[in-house]
Amino acid sequence: MTYANNSALSLTRRGFLGSTAGLSFVISFGGGGLSLIPEAEAKRKDCVIGAWVRISPENTITIITPAAEMGQGSMTGVPTALAEELDADWSKVTLEMAPADPSTYGYPGWGGRKSMGIYGSLAMRRYFTPVRIAGAQVRRVLMVNAAHKWGVDLKELKTEPSVVVHPQSDRRMSYGEIADFAKVPAKMPVITNSDLKKKSEFRIIGNSVPRHDIPEKVDGSAQYAMDVQLPGMVYASTVHSPVQLAQPTRWNDAKIKSMTGVIDLVKLKTGVAVVADTFEHVIEAREALDITWSKDALAEGFNSEATLETAYAEIAKAPDAEAKTVSMKGNIDVAFAQASKVYRANYRSDYGYHAQMEPLNSVARFNQSGDAVEIWEGTQAPGSSRRAIARALGLKFDQVIHHQQYLGGGFGRRSNSDYTIEAALIARIIGRPVKMIWTREEDLAFGMFRPQTLQCLETALDKDGKVTGWRHCVIGDGGRLVTSGIKLDLYYGIPNQRIELRSTSHGIRLKHWRAVAHPFNIFAIDGLIDEIAASEGLDPFAFRRQRMKMTAKAEQVFDVVEKMSDWKEKRPNNRALGLAVTERSGSLGAGVVEISLNRESGVIRVHKVWVAIDGGIIVQPEMAQHNVESGIIFGISGALKERATMIDGAVKQSNFHDYEVLRMSEAPEELHVNFIDRNTKPTGIGEIGNPFVAAAIANAFYALTGKRLYHMPFTPDRVLKALKA
Amino acid sequence: MVTFNVNGKSVEVNAEPDTPLLWGIREHLKLTGTKYGCGAGLCGACTVHINGKAVRSCQTDLSDVDGKDVTTIEGLSPDKNHPLQKAWIAEQVPQCGYCQSGQIMKAAELLAKTSRPSRDQIIRHMDGNLCRCGTYNRIIAAIQLASRGV
Repeated sequence: MTYANNSALSLTRRGFLGSTAGLSFVISFGGGGLSLIPEAEAKRKDCVIGAWVRISPENTITIITPAAEMGQGSMTGVPTALAEELDADWSKVTLEMAPADPSTYGYPGWGGRKSMGIYGSLAMRRYFTPVRIAGAQVRRVLMVNAAHKWGVDLKELKTEPSVVVHPQSDRRMSYGEIADFAKVPAKMPVITNSDLKKKSEFRIIGNSVPRHDIPEKVDGSAQYAMDVQLPGMVYASTVHSPVQLAQPTRWNDAKIKSMTGVIDLVKLKTGVAVVADTFEHVIEAREALDITWSKDALAEGFNSEATLETAYAEIAKAPDAEAKTVSMKGNIDVAFAQASKVYRANYRSDYGYHAQMEPLNSVARFNQSGDAVEIWEGTQAPGSSRRAIARALGLKFDQVIHHQQYLGGGFGRRSNSDYTIEAALIARIIGRPVKMIWTREEDLAFGMFRPQTLQCLETALDKDGKVTGWRHCVIGDGGRLVTSGIKLDLYYGIPNQRIELRSTSHGIRLKHWRAVAHPFNIFAIDGLIDEIAASEGLDPFAFRRQRMKMTAKAEQVFDVVEKMSDWKEKRPNNRALGLAVTERSGSLGAGVVEISLNRESGVIRVHKVWVAIDGGIIVQPEMAQHNVESGIIFGISGALKERATMIDGAVKQSNFHDYEVLRMSEAPEELHVNFIDRNTKPTGIGEIGNPFVAAAIANAFYALTGKRLYHMPFTPDRVLKALKA
Repeated sequence: MVTFNVNGKSVEVNAEPDTPLLWGIREHLKLTGTKYGCGAGLCGACTVHINGKAVRSCQTDLSDVDGKDVTTIEGLSPDKNHPLQKAWIAEQVPQCGYCQSGQIMKAAELLAKTSRPSRDQIIRHMDGNLCRCGTYNRIIAAIQLASRGV
């Protein structure tokens, strides 16, 4: 994968596409970026067919891949859908990362604006149809050129992998041969959905191909922003206030500047950056930096545990607390007035940190005249990052030249480019290329967290024991970041509902965390459902089927996971199963976990996991399975271990010794993933493995101990407390 | 100035002796396959071999490797064809990939001394290397595959 030429592409491709009507082969994508070359010479070069595909006379197909690669495989997966409709021979396909140019490479996003943002498992969901159409357009162009060459009717042609065939005359021409003479129309042909292949005709979609990025990731050559090396590059790191968003008022400037290798200090709005000749000198200077911070930050004095324990509970009880209705359905008051039984429970969840393995970093370089900046970063949202950098620096979009890199983990954190803006500001002031790295400690201290919540639930059952009413009040900061996962209609269809948000505000930076609010929302939803089922004397599957109007999709995934897990089979001593729904990004599933418990230490272990998922057409089954497995591990880590705490406004944890994520010895021995065979458009897979896990573990814990867990993560101290309750 | 061997070649790094080997390798020698993850010996992303033993390069001073042989992911095999690298591809192990150089270097130490490790031996040996994408089961499978000489 070469990224070096992308900036030139991103600045000029649109103009190029608009101005090459009727011409082909006049643009070279060689080592120096775009250049005009003589047409005769150009004829030996790749044929550019639309924005997405180039074909060489040697029959190599280059597909531009639009999706940020953070381990989910989308950089390979999305092009397989294009290659399917192009009818390409996948073994002859190479991939090239798209420039950060949403107007050409974006999918239609919210409000009609085109976006390249890869979050919410959007890559395959949003790109599936556009890239299939793009592939079909290129195939059509090739066929038209072949028809013209042979003097036959287009309708008489068909394709085999990377070959156009005229069966009547038994003539064949490879895509590469056609590329050598093809005339590319100014406007790509119109392709409608009915021109696209049927599922039964797929030969790439549904068949796993190896990921493009993996060979580079096993020999150390894959380039992350952290790895970028530029001539004359210096190093920087920002120190932010321990109390988030306080501002630096004074610091030991003279002392730091006298230290070995230190070039300068740069005051940023919420921090001070040290710049030095080497990163080891940056670290030494960071450690010696003594900053006085303003005392006016909103987070000042904030204690997350006490606030969650008491202040949130008071907000929940306050009759006059400001409440926003998230969604409402039926008549909730009547449902409760007529209820024969009401169940109530409260659930708590803590702050969570992304803990992506690559600490946030970016490389920035201004040109000599200072009117354009080059950026190397791994970002989930290259288009909006470019816009944000331009805005922060008072530049135009085209003055930000963006080089997308591999992401050493995203999980929602890398769709905000706050760290890259810092790198660009520092580079401008220093006048030299800068690699700006937040240390792990900085990455955590200045993190953007999954917010903590208190969720208060009430459920009404009518005289027949059917679930008729659902009140769900979330207390927390961050709006949709704390309510995104309350979508009962997608699975349980409870007729009367009121979902309510009581907002708090603590000045802690917040962000989407893999699957956003779904893991803790579903912990509450299916924690309570499990509790009601037990109280009503019903098996969790039976309760759902008999007492709620499950959707057809939900019925199917629950049926499948029941079989997968042999739900009724007896388990070994000290083992038990728990069940929960999983829902995210258009996908729906149900999962079962098998746990054991060490009653002395309070440590829960998850041994086996089964999950059945309806994710529409599974374009790349192996990648999809890996994504779900990854989501499950992320879910277990979040459910059992991950907990960020604010003390007097500062994050208490500082590195992996006290912000623990799941290790190999804690991973389940077995992960079983089953995708329902469907012929509907692909839905999100990147996060669907995560949401059910906490609820399923808590429910398994009940099955094992008869006790309920109401506060995630289920750390040993909380488990031991629950056992004594 | 510290002199040592990296991947079979003698190198000089012009840095203070107490500079972490990690930064010497990554930023002075530009061998960027070795990763910075935590800087505190907690995650294993920076694992390299010193005289065949897997160590955390973020916790090793340059002076500690004076005259010694350091092997990084770039030097694990001359043709990128170490059995573990082949197995890692066969099992499609990496996701984001950032921790995988460290995982492979750590695993290579295990296979060098235990040709057919059990699942428990693998887990005990590898437990210090974090993978946030959760590729643990695939790592185990890849080590087992490599140990069978595939």
